[in-house]
Amino acid sequence: MPRKASVDAIREALRSEMQRDESVVVMGEDVKLAVFAGTRWLHREFGDERVINTPISELAVAGAGIGAAATGIRPVIDLMFGTFLYLALDQIANQAGAMRYMFGGQTKLPLVFMTVNGSGISAGHHHSQPMHPLFMNMPLIKVIVPSTPYDAKGLLITAIRDDNPVLFLSPLALGSLRGEVPDETYTIPLGEAAIRREGDDVTICTVGAMSRRCMEAARTLAKEGIECEVIDLRTLKPWDKACLLRSVRKTGRFVAVDESFPVCGAASEWAATVAEKAFQHLRAPVQRVSNLDVPLPFSPVLESAAVPTTERIVDAVRRCMQAEPA
Amino acid sequence: MSDVQPAVALDIYRRVLNIRRFEEEVGRLFTAGELPGVVHLYIGEEAVAAGVCAALRDDDYVTSTHRGHGHVLAKGGDLNRTMAEIFGKETGYCRGKGGSQHIADFSIGMLGACGIVGGGMPIATGAGLSIKLRKTDQVSVAFFGDGAANEGSFHESLNLASAMTLPVIFVCENNQYGEFTPARDTMNIEDIAVRAGGYGMPGHIVDGTDALEVHAVVNQAVTRARNGEGPTLIEAKTHRRGGHAEGEEAFLAGQTYRLPEEEEMARLRDPLLILHERILHEGVADAHALENIEQETTRRVADAVTFARESPWPAEESVLEDTWA
Repeated sequence: MPRKASVDAIREALRSEMQRDESVVVMGEDVKLAVFAGTRWLHREFGDERVINTPISELAVAGAGIGAAATGIRPVIDLMFGTFLYLALDQIANQAGAMRYMFGGQTKLPLVFMTVNGSGISAGHHHSQPMHPLFMNMPLIKVIVPSTPYDAKGLLITAIRDDNPVLFLSPLALGSLRGEVPDETYTIPLGEAAIRREGDDVTICTVGAMSRRCMEAARTLAKEGIECEVIDLRTLKPWDKACLLRSVRKTGRFVAVDESFPVCGAASEWAATVAEKAFQHLRAPVQRVSNLDVPLPFSPVLESAAVPTTERIVDAVRRCMQAEPA
Repeated sequence: MSDVQPAVALDIYRRVLNIRRFEEEVGRLFTAGELPGVVHLYIGEEAVAAGVCAALRDDDYVTSTHRGHGHVLAKGGDLNRTMAEIFGKETGYCRGKGGSQHIADFSIGMLGACGIVGGGMPIATGAGLSIKLRKTDQVSVAFFGDGAANEGSFHESLNLASAMTLPVIFVCENNQYGEFTPARDTMNIEDIAVRAGGYGMPGHIVDGTDALEVHAVVNQAVTRARNGEGPTLIEAKTHRRGGHAEGEEAFLAGQTYRLPEEEEMARLRDPLLILHERILHEGVADAHALENIEQETTRRVADAVTFARESPWPAEESVLEDTWA
């Protein structure tokens, strides 16, 4: 199978859907030149009408996407850095997520917001924040954080075909990572986790860029005889509760690893769910490994200290293993 | 004097009267404690919605504001379903999930009222983009108030619509108050229409209490938009007859905020009386014909109240309906 970078997988997904459905348009700042390359060259095939360079005007561009989606267009809005979503929040939170429900089911909003997410390239706080927990907290918005080029393509195609607002948050740290991606079009259902590694001792649940780090931790721990099951959720809303709970019921130990701020992060939601639904299966307290509660620092040394490191994940698993049942 | 066809004038009159009698009834129902939540009445501003919507087709789009009942009705919305939504009933436009500030009727291009000041403007702009991409000759109208003209969404929407030459008409209902604060205290310009120049589009000021004048100005903007020539900003100077919200006395705690001379103007410049007078004066119709319209309107509003009162509450289970498509 051909090996491709995430941005190439994203471009293939967009190209596939633009060929398939002429109501699909891509718009955002510099989508033609394309800083992250996912939308690059598309205008040559689909023209300026369907690949639209917009002003740096996130609120209006997001709202325009909503208005267009409500009236027969299937927009993919590329807002570049995840943090720029803050500028569009009124339209996303008050309108996109609510319109269908608030208007009694009168409309569908087939709409994708696409940005990079999280840290990893010393981009500083304004270009490095993990955005997914904010949107998990908004009713009726779907949230995707892929961790491989294969998933990026299949999930983005699914997102574009979905009739609801979807946030497609592509990990910044994985931009150049290559992986196997078929040339043909395929979809991956939202809400279906991938078990990256099976194991009987500890369940590690994660998403996005942390997936690789959890796998590194699992390999280290395997040398000590600790077998981790690593679950990559791939989509945060809807999310595969059943997969996580099945695993925790098997292993009896749970470590939630998420690259987001610790208070009300994604890990908090997973931990609460395990506490509610699988408490009696737990043999050790749940552990969370999240970002430190500080803005993302610039220096590579500080930046990597601020997000979950392989060492912190390994330590959390060891704490789980050392805890004795009461 | 604008050159108005008699049929158009009577059509506009029906829309103005429809809104007026409907809103008066909503006010009474609120005072009587029959309505949940809060309502913002459109009384005094009817000429704007009526004059604008009479220049539109059913397949044209509008987005509205927190003071949105008038826009729904002027665009051709059903009185029964509008009233039922304000009551929070299952038969309402949004099955009781939206309420007064979130009424929409997508079947007539009414893309929603909006509780966030300026929130509808980017959406109307997006409907304009959709029109351009689908290559139809529809137009899209964003209604908003003077308060919204200080929001980022106003500036971003005007710029985007102009940069992309979209068929959008931005209609500012300058009722001279942003909630309880006079507009003159919150912007250092007299006319919001001048801001059009900053975005490279025409800006017009119109007497927003004269529905026929509004209609004439909007017609020009509609023609421009349908011809693919881009957006227009129209500032309709108008007056809010009542307060920001019904029942506001409860939290005003005895304070007043209306300027006496402005309040007097609001009484004098009554859009219903102005239109009534013009229709009689110009011989468009006689008093008898207008009286018939009055009776018919009053009856339809009364029917809407009965419909809403007798409609069932939403079933509790419906709280989880209308979620993901």
